[in-house]
Amino acid sequence: MVKFNIAADEPGRRVFLLGNHAIARGALEAGVRVAAAYPGTPSSEILQAIAGVAEKLGIHAEWSVNEKVALEVAIGASYAGARALAAMKHVGVNVALDALATLAYTGVKGGLVLVSADDPGMHSSQNEQDNRLLARFAKIPCLEPYDAQSAKDYTKFAFEVSEKLQTPVMLRTTTRVSHAKGDVTLGELPDYGKRRFGFQKDARRYVCVPAHSRALHPALNRRLSEIERYASKSELNRMQFGGEKGIITAGVARNYVHEAVQTLGAEVSLLELGITHPLPRELIRRFLSGVEEVLVVEELEPFIEEQVRALCGGIAVRGKDLLPREGELTPELVEHAVARFLGVEYSPPPRRSARLELPPRPPVLCPGCSHRALFYALKKVTKRKIYAGDIGCYTLGALEPLKAMDTCLCMGSGLSQAQGFYHAGVEEAVVALIGDSTFLHAGLTALLNAAYNGAEVLVIILDNRTTAMTGHQPHPGTGVTATGEESFAVDFVALARALGASYVAKVRPNDFEATLRVLEEALSRRGLRVVVAEEPCALLGRKLGLWKTPPEVVEERCEGYLCSACRACLRIGCPAVGWDRGRARIIEELCTGCGLCVAVCPNEAILEVEDDS
Amino acid sequence: MIANLLIAGVGGQGIILLSDVLGNAAISSGLSVRGSETHGMAQRGGSVVAHVRIGRVRSPLIPRGRADYLLALEPLEALRYLDYLGERCHAVVSTSPVPPASVHAKVAGYPDVQALLAELSEYAEVYPVEARELAKRAGSVLTANTVMLGALSALPGFPLSARVLRDSIASRVPPKTLDMNLRAFNLGRRAVKG
Repeated sequence: MVKFNIAADEPGRRVFLLGNHAIARGALEAGVRVAAAYPGTPSSEILQAIAGVAEKLGIHAEWSVNEKVALEVAIGASYAGARALAAMKHVGVNVALDALATLAYTGVKGGLVLVSADDPGMHSSQNEQDNRLLARFAKIPCLEPYDAQSAKDYTKFAFEVSEKLQTPVMLRTTTRVSHAKGDVTLGELPDYGKRRFGFQKDARRYVCVPAHSRALHPALNRRLSEIERYASKSELNRMQFGGEKGIITAGVARNYVHEAVQTLGAEVSLLELGITHPLPRELIRRFLSGVEEVLVVEELEPFIEEQVRALCGGIAVRGKDLLPREGELTPELVEHAVARFLGVEYSPPPRRSARLELPPRPPVLCPGCSHRALFYALKKVTKRKIYAGDIGCYTLGALEPLKAMDTCLCMGSGLSQAQGFYHAGVEEAVVALIGDSTFLHAGLTALLNAAYNGAEVLVIILDNRTTAMTGHQPHPGTGVTATGEESFAVDFVALARALGASYVAKVRPNDFEATLRVLEEALSRRGLRVVVAEEPCALLGRKLGLWKTPPEVVEERCEGYLCSACRACLRIGCPAVGWDRGRARIIEELCTGCGLCVAVCPNEAILEVEDDS
Repeated sequence: MIANLLIAGVGGQGIILLSDVLGNAAISSGLSVRGSETHGMAQRGGSVVAHVRIGRVRSPLIPRGRADYLLALEPLEALRYLDYLGERCHAVVSTSPVPPASVHAKVAGYPDVQALLAELSEYAEVYPVEARELAKRAGSVLTANTVMLGALSALPGFPLSARVLRDSIASRVPPKTLDMNLRAFNLGRRAVKG
């Protein structure tokens, strides 16, 4: 939620901003006209913030169905001369890569900025790929902000440089930039008055057939050299000589290096890179000529380090020998590495852990989450099954006690993997589990493939009417756009039929008995089957007034001698069901009244309570 | 002056709101501020931590062993970040447990709250706060985070004044909950000041 008006026309004012909100503000200061994104942590707040002021400023802001579409929407706008932004998490760039890999050939017209929000340490991701490598692969410049202020300033600069050099620009952030906060001094907003944009046809540039691309590629390589010369002169890179030992750093690590040098009271030369692709080799050569040994401090891959090594001319280059190649850097990791590099005495702060045994608290499905009911029903239907899973809140179903997910690789892949399991001839029934937003993102073509190629699997679309995990963004199944306007809403049942499913049913998971029946029926059939399990996300349900009065535990029925305190209610793994003095206890402030514990209790010891209203 | 504050709790307890209120209050006081927080998957009922650093700093993360203040919205969570506590750390800790699912399922037991506080006091000056009770008294258990903010504001040397924090609360919470939140803030403040 942005409380501060991101479009406030108050240049010079200092505000406390999330990195992603600072990026949104930078895009506004650059006069962005079209912004498109698919939600994904840690990138989601960028488009959310722009969408909040889009109508007022005359910006088109959209949640696209996936990252490839988002980037392509931005490309079209840019070809027409408008400044355009596409935002996504690091793995989202993989989805957009098909477009990105050729985009640098055509170049852009209006400034085009692709925000790639990387997630070192995998706070909320399946991998921790370093997208600077993708910037290099796609032959586009990569800018790396290091705090909220630079996130805003670099975004604005990225649009300018993109337009000036006619190249798409990657603004690469990490979790500790996107989800860090800091004080930001606002700049001016441009005049957002009406402006017409037009596309100037130029087949040799925009139509990438072999004959054209053969000419575009050498031109692109020449442009990259030009960009590199530009980068060597850019103020985004800062060089300061202060000692015989030098440190080269970029991104959030710049902050850790500054603090480490200060804490250790060391004298070093420092080269901070704001542009990490193409690497400003001329600048680096100058830096290397003034130092005797150099340490490269960067998160994840030795991206800068390996290139510096190729330029070093015999100077010792340290880096990943002192710092990990995986996970996030931390202030103390950097302090330790800098101390070892400088040969300074250093004792790391002691590691302490509590003597008391602390029960773990991993993320869990929320109380009242309908995924829980669906998973539990699936487990009750006895047949042996393989669950090909996917990415979303429902991935949490992989954990104890539900364990209803056997694979999770990337968006949409469960649905296709299920087909591979089937064609490999596994004995188990194959069930693909996919969320509503994920299905629209990457499941449609996979479902069509199953129908066409005869994969007899059961597909369950977990439709909670929102993109829940990333903060409740709307999608084409919800009938609402990013800016809150009513729009077309796709019908999952009709869609599944159109794509070739032979059996399609819809259930409400909170109607547990009906769900069991439908799942049994679906599993007893052959062919491609689709079950749409529709129930609004419990967090949405609260806003929609769907929460009911928590049920009551009938104490005398939940006692040892009657039912041997079976604890069936605990096997659903609901945070709102506890166990207290030998019987079930409903934790009222967490309970949404979904009724799953009522449904699973074999002794009718948990009873629904009539709503007063 | 640098004040490093670590906020620990459970996803959904309103930690992001607290870091917003503190950050805005710092800016109103003419101070620099940085911080870092948890979004996305980790939030879903999991352990959540936020860093807030007031003063001229660069890193959004508090270095290990350098937190001056700990604000724990849950007693068990207060013990997870002992690594971060600096010498002379002051800790305001809610004494109202939120048992994790692993406790319900009997995978693990919830430690005794007094034992938790006792162990924490080996590393920090501990100020226990009955956040849940005080929040109820203010009007809603949902104001427990504001109770704890009030308690934090009363700690010795805390760099942000109660007045600035109250203004910052006013600009961040829904208007119809403002009175309730200010009551909660004051109750928390009194719980520490006595």
